[in-house]
Amino acid sequence: MSLILDHIDKSFESVKALNQVSFEVKEGELFGLIGPDGAGKSTLFRIMASLLVPDSGRCSMLAYDVNKDYREVRKIIGYMPGRFSLYMDLSVEENLAFYARVFGTTINENYDLIKDVYEQIAPYKKRLAGKLSGGMKQKLALSCALIHRPRILILDEPTTGVDAVSRREFWEMLKQIQGEGITTVVSTPYMDEAELCDRVALLQKGELLAVSDPSALGDEGEKLLYSLRSAKGVYAYLEQLRQLEECRHAWLFGDELHVTLRSEADAPGVNKVLESWQDESLRWQSIVPGIEDRFMGLLAQEPERLSDQGEEL
Amino acid sequence: MTGANGHIIEVKDLVKKFGSFVANDRLTFHVEKGEIFGFLGANGAGKTTAMRILCGLSYPSSGDIMVAGHDVYNEREKIKRKIGYMSQKFSLYDDLSVSENIRLYAGIYGLGRKQIASREDQLLERLGLTNIRKRLIREIPLGWKQKLAFSVAIFHKPAIVFLDEPTGGVDPITRRQFWEMIHDATLEGITVFVTTHYMDEAEYCDRVSIMVEGRIEALDTPAGLKQSYESKNMNEVFLKLART
Repeated sequence: MSLILDHIDKSFESVKALNQVSFEVKEGELFGLIGPDGAGKSTLFRIMASLLVPDSGRCSMLAYDVNKDYREVRKIIGYMPGRFSLYMDLSVEENLAFYARVFGTTINENYDLIKDVYEQIAPYKKRLAGKLSGGMKQKLALSCALIHRPRILILDEPTTGVDAVSRREFWEMLKQIQGEGITTVVSTPYMDEAELCDRVALLQKGELLAVSDPSALGDEGEKLLYSLRSAKGVYAYLEQLRQLEECRHAWLFGDELHVTLRSEADAPGVNKVLESWQDESLRWQSIVPGIEDRFMGLLAQEPERLSDQGEEL
Repeated sequence: MTGANGHIIEVKDLVKKFGSFVANDRLTFHVEKGEIFGFLGANGAGKTTAMRILCGLSYPSSGDIMVAGHDVYNEREKIKRKIGYMSQKFSLYDDLSVSENIRLYAGIYGLGRKQIASREDQLLERLGLTNIRKRLIREIPLGWKQKLAFSVAIFHKPAIVFLDEPTGGVDPITRRQFWEMIHDATLEGITVFVTTHYMDEAEYCDRVSIMVEGRIEALDTPAGLKQSYESKNMNEVFLKLART
């Protein structure tokens, strides 16, 4: 195992940020951590990076304990925090050289590892890091996290706020890095990215809800999920569907609605209701849930109303 | 408020240069009153530059631009009164409470004290935030913050609301709830001008423009774009256009 988290607890004053979180990441795995904002993802990453000490539980990286052996741990990990943390007033090249020296290496020594990433920003190597666009900043941050050839790479939401093209390029790089035998733990709010991971862990309010192959995450909604399309637009049907007793939830989903029924027995009844709407262009069909449906199904199992939570805060 | 043709935003040959760099290259488009207009493009394509000009925060190098019936050269203060703005990066003050943020923005937009009090109660009620109105913004989750920031941006009932990546980083359910709020705002006659990196959200717009390297490469309804670029979804359209 590359990484072992064993019953990690962490509280900030009265807020329980992580509650008994345990999972393992295999050597060479591309492992995703998904969860809404405030789920505890960044707290967990900071513990892995030896920047935060858990209240209880153990975290080890390649058999090194992140608290006791933090010096060793820091040599073998590359960490990219959620907030851009390079030196804004140093140039691209200076930032990279600085990180290489801190880790006692040189840019040349490991250049082959970062070549594909770095070449994309190399034309701007004299530019100050603070003047780069979002996508370029991420590429520089990844280069700096990789320059000492870490064994484990920890990336906290590297693609948040990054456009669809740059995101795709970023993930192509992660796949290449995986080919070098480096273990990667990455968090993301994008479900299409979660699908590119070997396994994912789902975190919600500090608790681990599931760890699995992304295609098998949760089984809620199997055989109960339907898609609705209409040439008239789907928005008007959203509230109408939610009014139905048989409908567990209904959400916008691109140009369609995704509707989860309460039970298979409800399908004929719903069909009759749909017919009564007399929309010739209406298309209603049973579909196989994708990862976003599954994730939403898991989130929705714990109904989270703003008002319900009010007192807790 | 709109131009002669009913357009709430009218842009003709907008050019913005920074030195020799052309950030916006002869943009020509319009936005209709009450529509949701998606303004897409890769990082660095020039979206923020154009949006700042439309909001009256920076001058164009050249071009004819009217926003809510006012031109962006001479009537920037009038424009600012008629628009709302929200971005993920900056929206509410972390060290003020929920209630203080609402009152601060309402005051800036010149609402009266009584008006503010009644609308504030309604808003908190609708968002279910009444019992945490005294909490500091920094203590509440991002998803709630974004819903509140949006409500604050339209609190003074602007003609247009500009949303700059409003849903970055939030979970898939909160994103959808946010879009339902956007849709409800259009029912009140508010025009929505929005940028996003989530391509499923482009589907929720009435029309979408896609910027590539300072120019508008495509502008149509989502259905029209998918047909023109023979794509099954907006993500494919975007990748075909923006991947250079």
